[in-house]
Amino acid sequence: MLRLFRKALRGGVQTEPLADAEHEILRIGQQLEPLIKARYQGSLAIRAVDGGSCNACELEIHATNNCYYDIERFGIHFTASPRFADMLLVTGPVTRNMETAVKMTYEAMPKPGLVVAMGDCALDCGPFGRDNYAIAGAVSDIIPVDVTIAGCPPTPTDIIQGILTAIS
Amino acid sequence: MTTEITYNSWFAEKMNDNGIHSQWLTDHHPASMPCLQIRLLDWAHTARLARQLHMRFTALWAAEGGQHDEHTLYTYMIFAHSEHRHVMIRTPLRSNEPTVASITSHYMAALRMERSMQDMFGITVEGLPDQRHWLKHQHWPEDAHPLRSDFPADTTMPYCDGQYPFIKAEGSGVYEIPVGPIHAGIIEPGHFRFLAVGEQILNMEERLGYVHKGIEKRLQGMQAEQAIRLASRASGDMTVAYGWAFARACEQASKIEPPARANHIRAILCERERLANHIGDIGAICNDAAFSFMQAQMQRLREDLARLHQQLFGHRMMMDLIVPGGVSVDIDKHAQQLLLEQTQQIAAEVEQLRAIYADHAGIQERVIGSGVVTPEEADAIGLTGYAGRASGLHVDERVEEAYPPYDQLQVRIPEGKLGDVATRVWVRFEEVAEAARIIATLLASMPAGDICNPWTPPEAGVSGIASIESWRGEIICWARFGIDGRIDRCTLHDPSEVNWLGLELAVRSVPVPDFPLNNKSFNCSYSGNDL
Repeated sequence: MLRLFRKALRGGVQTEPLADAEHEILRIGQQLEPLIKARYQGSLAIRAVDGGSCNACELEIHATNNCYYDIERFGIHFTASPRFADMLLVTGPVTRNMETAVKMTYEAMPKPGLVVAMGDCALDCGPFGRDNYAIAGAVSDIIPVDVTIAGCPPTPTDIIQGILTAIS
Repeated sequence: MTTEITYNSWFAEKMNDNGIHSQWLTDHHPASMPCLQIRLLDWAHTARLARQLHMRFTALWAAEGGQHDEHTLYTYMIFAHSEHRHVMIRTPLRSNEPTVASITSHYMAALRMERSMQDMFGITVEGLPDQRHWLKHQHWPEDAHPLRSDFPADTTMPYCDGQYPFIKAEGSGVYEIPVGPIHAGIIEPGHFRFLAVGEQILNMEERLGYVHKGIEKRLQGMQAEQAIRLASRASGDMTVAYGWAFARACEQASKIEPPARANHIRAILCERERLANHIGDIGAICNDAAFSFMQAQMQRLREDLARLHQQLFGHRMMMDLIVPGGVSVDIDKHAQQLLLEQTQQIAAEVEQLRAIYADHAGIQERVIGSGVVTPEEADAIGLTGYAGRASGLHVDERVEEAYPPYDQLQVRIPEGKLGDVATRVWVRFEEVAEAARIIATLLASMPAGDICNPWTPPEAGVSGIASIESWRGEIICWARFGIDGRIDRCTLHDPSEVNWLGLELAVRSVPVPDFPLNNKSFNCSYSGNDL
């Protein structure tokens, strides 16, 4: 146990202001804090939904939770139920086999709610293509989308920026 | 660089001894992994013989004929032997009412592949013990068989009514827990149906196919340079290994060897991918047992890896760096230094964390003895990757197929037997250390020269196969070319296709709250399974 404490203490705080190019987001983030407080009682709950992605986008969503980005410091957290969600973060081209589940998740979310389509596939089906029997469409073909985040996959910084843009 | 020219006739001779006539197909490469054509009536006998010879079953699929025999429908299967490598078996089906015998009674892992083959081609698999659809969900039209050439890729299918009957249990106190397709965490979609009594799981049945993206159909008609982008996204967390498997299958078909330097770079990328995923998963497994310290530390290390990849290769997950013929990015002296330093520093930190993990009674109590797959069960289903190596099946394609540059290395395989969560984690800790050692060895012996040879597709009708050891286990890729150098059929087989069965076996004896821990210890791919 001593070793554990030593490791934890020696590691120090790794959470960083987002790298140089992203000072902009930090600024927006700080401006948004009162907004999140007022509109979302200080906490924005996101339900992440994989509509058919290759799993690369999911790994980068996970990364927004690691100690470097620590997305929770902006008052943002991921929830298990769409019933508590203020925002859906949808990845992947929506497959035919996921179309119903994606629609049901959207319907289960209290309105008004935000929908963010994340990753190139969510935007336009990416390399899997719209002209594909197994693909129902891009996210906006299935449910109304407010904001999009491009990238294959988008970096954690892109994701945080996209979420903040959606709130503003 | 090794060049195989002799035809590997070991299995053909064994078949001959058992009265099964086979013909070696010369339009398939490499000859060390030959394709043998047999008669339809010998199909199941061949599988039985392979089982008797202690061969592993790795994949089964169907394909319409190529350039010169468009009207024939073939089924294929692959077996591997620890000493005698891979062999592909193919048989032509009758054109009216295509039918083939099931091999599930010899190899349990063939079941879902046979179900997929029925769905995709409308082939009748005789004696298949489970006739339910697999990739084809209940709302698809009954007559939709997407991989048949008379099914246009852009077909819009109407929605139909249908049911998927799950396995039931009767008796007082038995209840069902349906989970998914959308899970509680940030993970891929799939459905799990639990039958439980109190907290104890009686049976867990998987229902997958939710992320079926028609990848195999879409690959058809693409040039290899374009197709590799799609193949690399079969499962995004194994993008390097998928790229390598696809590129190598194409290169085998064309008889092109990448330059030695390219092979070194591919292996360095692949081992870095192994590091990142093993480290991330060890953290996530601990997190599922509420040991969040380990999660925080491991995700920090994973982020360090991703950032160096971004800096050196312009992509955090190293996507699209492997191309047919070689790689698109060099690793210069400066990059070599950075990679070596970081790999060693991270491996050292993982060792420190491993000591903390081993010391921590709370996590040990959860992982030891949970979710056991015995060596007999592992052998019955042919478990692959770290899941196999934790259950007495010490197979590794880096040793078995020893594709370059692994032919110059001695890869050490961790040999686990107990088959519980703790052993699967132990294998992954061992593989982190081994991957770091391999990366250091490769960096110290970088050959000079080009990083890519010119890519030229083979003649129409020629096919190639590759078997690559991803961090999850063995990926099989078989690609056949048509006219103008376009892919006319390509199949990809993810290690998860087999390992998902391992998870079902593992959780029969665990309480429901330990399911996430077990699930993460296998961490099977949904996307790679569903394609």
